[in-house]
Amino acid sequence: MLGILRQRAVDGGLSTSFLRKTRSALVSARSYAAGAKEMTVRDALNSAIDEEMSADPKVFVMGEEVGQYQGAYKITKGLLEKYGPERVYDTPITEAGFTGIGVGAAYAGLKPVVEFMTFNFSMQAIDHIINSAAKSNYMSAGQINVPIVFRGPNGAAAGVGAQHSQCYAAWYASVPGLKVLAPYSAEDARGLLKAAIRDPDPVVFLENELLYGESFPISEEALDSSFCLPIGKAKIEREGKDVTITTFSKMVGFALKAAEKLAEDGISAEVINLRSIRPLDRATINASVRKTSRLVTVEEGFPQHGVCAEICASVVEESFSYLDAPVERIAGADVPMPYAANLERLALPQVEDIVRAAKRACYRSK
Amino acid sequence: MALSRLSSRSNSFLKPVTTALPYAIRRHVSTDTSPITIETAVPFTPHQCEAPSRSVETSSEEILSFFRDMARMRRMEIAADSLYKAKLIRGFCHLYDGQEALAVGMEAAITKKDAIITSYRDHCTFIGRGGKLVDAFSELMGRKTGCSHGKGGSMHFYKKDASFYGGHGIVGAQIPLGCGIAFAQKYNKDEAVTFAMYGDGAANQGQLFEALNIAALWDLPAILVCENNHYGMGTATWRSAKSPAYFKRGDYVPGLKVDGMDALAVKQACKFAKEHALKNGPFILEMDTYRYHGHSMSDPGSTYRTRDEVSGVRQVRDPIERVRKLLLSHDIATEKELKDMEKEIRKEVDDAVAQAKESPVPDASELFTNMYVKDCGVESFGADRKELKVTLA
Repeated sequence: MLGILRQRAVDGGLSTSFLRKTRSALVSARSYAAGAKEMTVRDALNSAIDEEMSADPKVFVMGEEVGQYQGAYKITKGLLEKYGPERVYDTPITEAGFTGIGVGAAYAGLKPVVEFMTFNFSMQAIDHIINSAAKSNYMSAGQINVPIVFRGPNGAAAGVGAQHSQCYAAWYASVPGLKVLAPYSAEDARGLLKAAIRDPDPVVFLENELLYGESFPISEEALDSSFCLPIGKAKIEREGKDVTITTFSKMVGFALKAAEKLAEDGISAEVINLRSIRPLDRATINASVRKTSRLVTVEEGFPQHGVCAEICASVVEESFSYLDAPVERIAGADVPMPYAANLERLALPQVEDIVRAAKRACYRSK
Repeated sequence: MALSRLSSRSNSFLKPVTTALPYAIRRHVSTDTSPITIETAVPFTPHQCEAPSRSVETSSEEILSFFRDMARMRRMEIAADSLYKAKLIRGFCHLYDGQEALAVGMEAAITKKDAIITSYRDHCTFIGRGGKLVDAFSELMGRKTGCSHGKGGSMHFYKKDASFYGGHGIVGAQIPLGCGIAFAQKYNKDEAVTFAMYGDGAANQGQLFEALNIAALWDLPAILVCENNHYGMGTATWRSAKSPAYFKRGDYVPGLKVDGMDALAVKQACKFAKEHALKNGPFILEMDTYRYHGHSMSDPGSTYRTRDEVSGVRQVRDPIERVRKLLLSHDIATEKELKDMEKEIRKEVDDAVAQAKESPVPDASELFTNMYVKDCGVESFGADRKELKVTLA
């Protein structure tokens, strides 16, 4: 209940102190229209693909198990039955081949939505993502654009080990010519995936397996089939004035929990959900840091050369004189993902890590 | 070679008259589209299919156009060689001289709705698809009037309005891409096919087999064309392929081995393959061809093959000489006319080079253009991001 309250609170932009005083189900219900809907991220993604396929006959889905199996993670459930085998294609386990075919189809004007069962497998096809898709519009001076979406779960799941847990946000976001998106909530999932499918450029769409089953409130506006979120704009999930916390995907939930804990200690944290890793919304990040003077960047992926490093550099370059403390980075451990549950927990950022870093930035700890 | 003429004019009557008359009258014969049938010198070798007939339907006009187009391509590549040595072309430059019959023979069998995608050895393919010489030279010299506005270079020529999808630098990548274009053609019910061209070096790439498997499963109208010039850079086929019978590598996919230095044989094979692909899915063509230059301008091409081998092929199998012999033996043109034509072509190429040399380099602002179709206010940076920062509009 409180979890839902927090979600509703941040969406409505309520302040922390108001929350403390009026923590009741009745008030939270009054903040939104009666019977506010909830949606899982899975359903959000499914509905987004469904609506875009319905609206544009050029959109088609391909990937391993997307059709008859209903999707390895059920994201494409029901699409084969609804649209038939000419719109939903089950591929063999040959990423290099089917990704190249998807990119070629996009060259010729179709709008493929290519699923990687996880982004770990995208490495088998990465030449096509980078050299065949990302760079084509530039190399051809605009003759060959590539309206393709590469989507699938990214980052750590639970106990899947080193080869199935890597986050590719930093890898793909470093490439000019790609757009890289990372939704958090159901609204993010719908709005960003619809925008990605409609976009005439190649988009890498990084989902998170552990978020698929999570429910989020969703507005009527977000349920509309024309709903779209802008690419390149971050969302301020929670306003604050003492420290800025930037992150994306599953870590947004952790950052929000950390903000709650920090509020109990009198630290007001502003949580920014990046939504878009490339283009990175430097303007929103810097405006926030100029307000709070302190920054904690969080990501799940490997720390070296990561998204956090880019954000840190950007803030140091553009808002140096506003910083009252060194930038703090919370990222995955600098190790391949171990299997044992306790080690895995140590290898990933936890809420307490974010809290500790924020307190350090506020000079409230050793 | 067997020849059957359907014209009722006698050979001997024509001869004395035509030598006296100016070229304008002679033109009448050389634009003659009445069918001629020519037998290919080398038979086709089939795999999992019946070979097409060796008798190729053509016309005087077509054979003359082969000569003209191949001569133009040959001169273009030789001019590119000089420009590279003069340092006006930089980076990589992979020349196609020797392989011209592939480009012209294929064009004779297909339309501009059929798609072609190839490797980095793409200059002549671009010309074959209707690209202009001046656009090619401008691109090679990195000028803004180049076919890719100077942003691509030698390896990245494209002509989308003629269904030419490039120009690819990563060996083998163009094969799945080509199967993807074929996928789109089938999806859109275009009744067209895609020719995905690659070399003997690329023929071993895993992604070829991945794409071919999918193309066969989904009946895509994709034709894989192996331009076997016998060397993958410096490595001869016998050193890189356990089985160099590339036309058989598709296993369950039918294939054909073709004399790739014979433009008419290439035409016949492409026509045959297109008919197959439209009805039955993918097909493999192995074109036995040869490149006179090394792999690129950085490769002398003589460390892994003898000069005798190269000159031997030039003497016996040169595609332009073969067509010249055909034109002469069938009285379609005289030696002088062909030499005059070559002189004209040489001038045409020289003029294009001169024009390209005069064109300006791209504006500095072009560094940041064409990153995206939809820029959405993205920022991009130069080397010194505080000095050069651009908001893509």
